[in-house]
Amino acid sequence: MTLAVVKTQEAAAPLAAPEAKVIALPTSQKTSFAKMLPRYGRSLVSNVVPPLITAAILLLIWQIAFGRAGATLPSPVQVWKDASDLIVDPFFVTGPQDIGLGWRTLTSLQRVGIGFSLAAIVGVMVGALVGQSVWAMRGLDPIFQILRTVPPLAWLPISLAAFRDSSPSAIFVIFITSIWPILINTAVGVRNIPQDYRNVAQVLRLNTFEFFWKIMLPSAAPYIFTGLRIGIGLAWLAIVAAEMLTGGVGIGFFIWDAWNSSRLSDIVVALFYIGFVGFVLDRIVGAIGSLVTRGTAAA
Amino acid sequence: MTAYLKLDHISKSFRRGSTETEVLRDINLGIDKGEIVSIIGHSGCGKSTLLNLIAGLTPVTSGGVLLEDREVNAPGPERAVVFQNHSLLPWLTVYDNVALAVDKVFGDTKSRAERRSWIMHNLDLVQMTHARDKRPSEISGGMKQRVGIARALAIEPKILLLDEPFGALDALTRAHLQDSVMQIHASLKNTMIMITHDVDEAVLLSDRIVMMTNGPSATIGEVLDVRLSRPRKRLDLVADRAYIAARESVLKFLYERHRFVEAA
Ligand SMILES: Nc1ncnc2c1ncn2[C@@H]1O[C@H](COP(=O)(O)OP(=O)(O)O)[C@@H](O)[C@H]1O
Ligand SMILES: [Mg+2]
Repeated sequence: MTLAVVKTQEAAAPLAAPEAKVIALPTSQKTSFAKMLPRYGRSLVSNVVPPLITAAILLLIWQIAFGRAGATLPSPVQVWKDASDLIVDPFFVTGPQDIGLGWRTLTSLQRVGIGFSLAAIVGVMVGALVGQSVWAMRGLDPIFQILRTVPPLAWLPISLAAFRDSSPSAIFVIFITSIWPILINTAVGVRNIPQDYRNVAQVLRLNTFEFFWKIMLPSAAPYIFTGLRIGIGLAWLAIVAAEMLTGGVGIGFFIWDAWNSSRLSDIVVALFYIGFVGFVLDRIVGAIGSLVTRGTAAA
Repeated sequence: MTAYLKLDHISKSFRRGSTETEVLRDINLGIDKGEIVSIIGHSGCGKSTLLNLIAGLTPVTSGGVLLEDREVNAPGPERAVVFQNHSLLPWLTVYDNVALAVDKVFGDTKSRAERRSWIMHNLDLVQMTHARDKRPSEISGGMKQRVGIARALAIEPKILLLDEPFGALDALTRAHLQDSVMQIHASLKNTMIMITHDVDEAVLLSDRIVMMTNGPSATIGEVLDVRLSRPRKRLDLVADRAYIAARESVLKFLYERHRFVEAA
């Protein structure tokens, strides 16, 4: 130990460099690819097999419960008999109102995409303002707290009145439903930016725009993505409900239409579509979030 | 002759609700160009507050900070700060952390290639080129401080302010970094103000040691000239009379005349 001190004392820069290297923390992320493969396979098996078994058991119970003649709901076998075309081919087109559920889902997704993107942009900007400025918070926060408790569908009549068209109304409902968690989480994230980062920005004299892009967004990113993830879930909940009332080709209206013509099996298939898409949306936003916030999380 | 940096009758009070506490009272100090000045004092006496006042991060209550006879009252890149807990941005790599500062300060005056080599030059100054693509979470505490120093040096500040830069490091790493600071000072001749609570560090590095009394209303109790020739070598100094004397007078100030009274 004493020797090491003597050495750096006398040594010039190049000698000190390898010395410093010794103190480096081991990087845990570098796992070799060969080692990763079997582990990946094992985790696939342990993640996929249990839900498959559970699903099989549930289908069986369902079949036993509703398999009798005169049951109020269709059994799985009945669903397959009635609606196998919907299950097998999501993208058929045989008429203007007779299209695969894939197309309907895409129509709904498009509305969600527009409404949610608007909500993300406006939510992050206003959230940043509310998080940054005490006065903006005092003025806006009570209003937001009241507005965010309004149920999505309560907005529908008024937006139908304002837009006089079902598609923008549905998009507005998505927007107004998903903006609150985004806005509020962004505000919390911005309020929690460490003073150190603000000091760095001040010493460098970053302007508002640079501060927003280089400090605020990355620093608040974990919070923002929490909000986005809650927001996309709410948006998907709201679109189905909104479409049931506004009509059109979305998956929500499909359910309403099927109910009116007593096609219960079609409804069951549509429910699976909705659940699956909602799950995928949640995972996509979650995955983007963990990709983007890799650095911030491990501060 | 007026000093390069002048602290002119600085006082600072913090107001919380209706209570106002005076943390610093009537601080007067002149610092010459190229000087290394340490500020030493017991924990909580207001050292960080004083550094933040000089940096412009906190406004003064009365008095003023003058750099080259001009008053400074807002933060700016001519007074770079190395913060106690490194304050690197965790989502940026080592290189990008320095680049953020360099691109902002020299974006208009240096070309892209010039900035690139200037960033690498500064990382080289603190021996951190090997970790340029690592993120702060992947390097050790000492390395983070090195990068923090590189980021501060890279904007070519007139004054380098360091707030207990090595306080959280183990003794060996600390010694490495002290040596690095001395090497950098030898080649760049930059002006530094460093806060420390380590007596040996203060004596080893500084030209003058500013000793602060205990708060509240802390002020400068004594200023000690450290008359040791440079380059200074840690081992030679152990037996050096001037070193021992300087060390002793700082210790006496801190532990005899201004003993830290622990608040119950
Ligand atoms: N922003 C602030 N508001 C109120 N009091 C503060 C603030 N910053 C520091 N203080 C007080 O000032 C005193 C000095 O703090 P500080 O400068 O951090 O001390 P040191 O760095 O010497 O340990 C402490 O009593 C602390 O509570
Ligand atoms: Mg401090």
